[in-house]
Amino acid sequence: MSLLAAKNLTVGYDGHGVLSDINFEINQGDYFCIVGENGSGKTTLMKTILGLQSPIEGKIEYGDGFSKNEIGYLPQQTEVQRDFPASVFEIVLSGCQNSLGRRFFYSDEQKKLAYKNIKKMGIADLKNRCYRELSGGQQQRVLLARALCATKRALLLDEPVAGLDPNVTSEMYQLIKELNDEGLTIIMISHDIQNIQNYASHIYDVNRGKEAPSC
Amino acid sequence: MLDKLFMYLEFPYVRYAIIVGVLIALCSSLLGVTLVLKRYSFIGDGLSHVAFGALAIATVLNFTNRMLIVLPLTIVSAILLLRKGQNAKVKGDAAIAMISVGALAFGYLLMNVFPSSSNVSGDVCSTLFGSQSILTLTQTEVLVSGILAVIVVGIFIIFYNRIFAITFDENFANAVGTNVGFYNLLIATVIAIIIVLAMNLVGSLLISALVIFPALSAMRILKSFRAVIVFSAISSVTCALAGLLISILAGTPVGSTIVAVDVLLFFTCTIVGRIKA
Ligand SMILES: Nc1ncnc2c1ncn2[C@@H]1O[C@H](COP(=O)(O)OP(=O)(O)OP(=O)(O)O)[C@@H](O)[C@H]1O
Ligand SMILES: [Mg+2]
Repeated sequence: MSLLAAKNLTVGYDGHGVLSDINFEINQGDYFCIVGENGSGKTTLMKTILGLQSPIEGKIEYGDGFSKNEIGYLPQQTEVQRDFPASVFEIVLSGCQNSLGRRFFYSDEQKKLAYKNIKKMGIADLKNRCYRELSGGQQQRVLLARALCATKRALLLDEPVAGLDPNVTSEMYQLIKELNDEGLTIIMISHDIQNIQNYASHIYDVNRGKEAPSC
Repeated sequence: MLDKLFMYLEFPYVRYAIIVGVLIALCSSLLGVTLVLKRYSFIGDGLSHVAFGALAIATVLNFTNRMLIVLPLTIVSAILLLRKGQNAKVKGDAAIAMISVGALAFGYLLMNVFPSSSNVSGDVCSTLFGSQSILTLTQTEVLVSGILAVIVVGIFIIFYNRIFAITFDENFANAVGTNVGFYNLLIATVIAIIIVLAMNLVGSLLISALVIFPALSAMRILKSFRAVIVFSAISSVTCALAGLLISILAGTPVGSTIVAVDVLLFFTCTIVGRIKA
């Protein structure tokens, strides 16, 4: 049984399809990349996978006992209020919200995990800074650290390297690869075809509607 | 001056007013931060008008405990308004304006058609500005306010982490399996409770100020969510206490005095924020 499968899926807004006839299966441990032009509907597809919007036709099937609180997610754009007062640590820690279960407060382990991921993203010195005062690339790393806190079985990334400098970009791919090797399923949207071909186990082109297995 | 203050404190209704005033200031400031950040500031205004309309109904029907009718009606409206706000197809601001203005007009109409006292405009004025009602609180009302305040603060502390999560990024929370719908419902209910509580103190027109000013003041100078929450709670309580004491000593209207102190703090914080930056 696959982790996630799209069956004759149509995604879009207000009853109008943006992408249709989407069919694919993602298995545990896959490194699944979604590619396509700007505006082709990649983000829309990912939001539908996450249940943030409902499919116009067809369905997404979750298998293998997969549940939403095992997902880590990096949105393409976070509509954060410009004046939102939140420290980097508070935001990264909020990634642990899906493992709170019935508890109300974060445990010491969860705080350690948050700190570990902050260090992993190389933003330890920004820990107590205000999110709104960071640069775009720094903000991206904060949200990545948050996604890492949330993930247990699958990591969904919408253009994770957009806005990162070349050094961090290659570190980022390395990191994602390591997570994948540890058994985490990766579902990633990217325009960076060259890097993707080196890492991905599956590449799905939304324009052709076909899954082209690489390597 | 202290003698005068202690003399006033001998009266139970003055003590009641201070207790209830501080409780309301605390509750409204806690949720105020979330409201301002989620761009729901308008809900405070809309709901206070609904509460005003409900109050009119309760007055006309001659309810002894008016909260029994005001609270459920306001909660239902809060839930409806928040639902509307989430649904992109319905223009949220128009729905809120409609309900808010409608309830206000309806309430005023009711009070005029079925006057419960000879002084209708005086009644309306005190409901809107809360100038008299805080000094006519009964022991039961103080008790009810106390219990509601404990519930609100309790809910806020218990769900603090979830409230932060959905305030900061509702989509992320939803994506990783947090029950966003439930927490929005919870926030709507708590807001309704706070509005109803606050009507007794500052009246429906000044409620928004009580909800919004402490949050805005804190956000001028502080940069983490927790610090903002703590500061706005403390400053709101302090301002309410100061406003109440000033109004007792100087004989000014309670609600407006408290809000005046809040505005003063806001400008102080703005200046401090500028200097720090
Ligand atoms: N909220 C919305 N309401 C209606 N239409 C939308 C909405 N968001 C996006 N669209 C439309 O849906 C289409 C697909 O958008 P989407 O964001 O999925 O593209 P994308 O493939 O992620 O592009 P990019 O590479 O630029 O991120 C676009 O034509 C866009 O105009
Ligand atoms: Mg996109």
